[in-house]
Amino acid sequence: MEYLPNILFAIALVLGIGFFVRNIQKLSRNIKLGKTVDASDNKSQRWKNMARIALGQTKMVVRPIAGLMHIIVYVGFIIINIEVLEIVIDGLLGTHRVFASLGTLYDFLIGSFEVLAFLVIVAVVIFWIRRNAIKLKRFIKPEMEGWPKKDGNLILYIELVLMFLFLTMNAADFQLQQLGAEHYTKAGSFPISQFIAPLFDGMSVSNLIMVERTAWWLHILGILAFLNYLYYSKHLHILLAFPNTYYGKLKVQGAFNNVEAVTNEVKLMLDPSADPFAAPAEDVPEPEKFGASDVKDLNRIQLLNAYTCTECGRCTSECPANQTGKKLSPRKIMMDTRDRLEEVGKNIDKNKGVFVDDGKQLLGDYISNEELWACTTCNACVEACPVSIDPLSIILEMRRYLVMEQSAAPTELNNMMSNIENNGAPWPYNQMDRLNWVNE
Amino acid sequence: MSDALKVKTMEEFMAQGTQPEILFWVGSAGSYDDRAKKISRAFVKLLNKANVDFAVLGSEESCTGDVAKRAGNEFLFQMQAMMNIEILNGYEIKRIVTCDPHSFNTIKNEYPGLGGNYEVVHHTQYIKELIDSGRLSVEGDFYKGKRITFHDPCYLGRANSVYDAPREVLKKTNATIIEMKRNKKTALCCGAGGAQMFKEPEKGDMDINVLRTKDALETNPNIIATGCPYCNTMMTDGIKAHEKEASVEVLDIAELIANTEG
Repeated sequence: MEYLPNILFAIALVLGIGFFVRNIQKLSRNIKLGKTVDASDNKSQRWKNMARIALGQTKMVVRPIAGLMHIIVYVGFIIINIEVLEIVIDGLLGTHRVFASLGTLYDFLIGSFEVLAFLVIVAVVIFWIRRNAIKLKRFIKPEMEGWPKKDGNLILYIELVLMFLFLTMNAADFQLQQLGAEHYTKAGSFPISQFIAPLFDGMSVSNLIMVERTAWWLHILGILAFLNYLYYSKHLHILLAFPNTYYGKLKVQGAFNNVEAVTNEVKLMLDPSADPFAAPAEDVPEPEKFGASDVKDLNRIQLLNAYTCTECGRCTSECPANQTGKKLSPRKIMMDTRDRLEEVGKNIDKNKGVFVDDGKQLLGDYISNEELWACTTCNACVEACPVSIDPLSIILEMRRYLVMEQSAAPTELNNMMSNIENNGAPWPYNQMDRLNWVNE
Repeated sequence: MSDALKVKTMEEFMAQGTQPEILFWVGSAGSYDDRAKKISRAFVKLLNKANVDFAVLGSEESCTGDVAKRAGNEFLFQMQAMMNIEILNGYEIKRIVTCDPHSFNTIKNEYPGLGGNYEVVHHTQYIKELIDSGRLSVEGDFYKGKRITFHDPCYLGRANSVYDAPREVLKKTNATIIEMKRNKKTALCCGAGGAQMFKEPEKGDMDINVLRTKDALETNPNIIATGCPYCNTMMTDGIKAHEKEASVEVLDIAELIANTEG
């Protein structure tokens, strides 16, 4: 029985990490439903972008208040995880504060964890107020109703509870150290939890141990649960921001990709020596579908973008169409893409690894034509995203499907395009009159 | 316009066996749109003044295809692009200047993948170059005491990070330059991009150009300066919506500088 806690801990750890790995595998499988895309170029630039944007949070601080709060939570998250390492070792070996031998350094570490935990609590409370009391516009848009709103708050509650458990654990530990309880060697400094400790004044050693152990267990189990909550939540960005910024667009924002399949066809059309009546070669593959009507038509970076989005809504708040009351919201484009991808993934799970047509697609069932046609391609959303997501590339890909596969552009645009075809200008003027402006 | 403009086509250069310094890509708006034609003329006036040996393609120029691409018609874009590239490469064009940020962007960034490699500059960059090299001078007092605010075109600013050239040219006028609250990277679109220029906006509670003009009017300007024919149209309409057309003018940077020449 002596080793029961160690065994239970090991089981919890294996289950927690095991489920997490399974979720990551599912996520990776889903992303691979997208088209391959070559991003093997400019490795050093890509690493630099990741270091600057994800690690360095450079785009977060564009909005100073949210940026500062976010950096506190982010640094808190990373630093306090050093403590988790100790907890895991203690849990497996049955030791207590195994790093205590570090002496002064240990005191400093625990002390700084506590200060950070306190700052995280402050930041999380401010975040909660911004979402629920001040009701910042970008957090109450239509696409945030229901689960996304709950998800956002739930994450804040979990973080709050984890921080309180951490401080409670330390406070009880501090008391036990004062009482000279066996096993509880004097180690660490407790600049924050010393203020919680008086709550436990007069408690017996056994009760204090109970408090300390309960907080310790709930804290680590909470962390494992949170790890597994990620996949079902917008919070995946804490992991995916890194690959996403690595794979972010390197060209200037104005450069849109040229569709290669189209290039081949156009070259053939413009080639005077091509025989238009020639029988198609035997080995020519089925003509590719142009543009995107469902998630499988998008590329893997675009699907990674969808999983990375944490629904902060900076894109939507910068979008000129959204600001003027149009339905388009770049954030919703990303959320819809992820929701549909999840739906396709679940369909595959249910049908033993094969996707069975469900009569639905991203276009129409999730994203409407009206949203797509409201975009001015101004790149404000791309510029605003703190983790290099490119909603515009998805909008363009879906417009391509509408125009090239369905001829479903608004009438005025069809007129504009036939003008270009007929006289080389979006207006119905004669190409021979192109120079008339000189003498007018 | 009283002074006749000197404009030669590439065909004429070819016939004389010479190459121009630079090709002026006029663009569809600059060729046909009444407001934008004035910008083309103002820019040519500056080119003539600076004795720039430039050419245009004239009737050999065709739509860049930019607007078709942004509307989703990649076929039409690439058809236009390849036809234009054939002409440009046939004339061995090396350097192109244009008053249209959309042409600027697509020729600079999207033509190379289709075989068209040129040095492309926006006319505000070129005007700056002419001033810096002493070929063009700006009379200092014409706009003294006037308040000018500059609206960043998306395809010049965010899309290509050209923020300084238009501002530096504006500074030469000795006018007071006031920035809008949203400028440079965070500038709001005028509402014309992505083929919106050619269609009615989707249902909403305001037009984008009206919102952007509001940004501009908050600086209490005499002049809203732009560097894009489409922005110009949108801002001009926006001024009308705010009933400010009597007190606020919308001018392209080329026009602003050309006006100082009297």
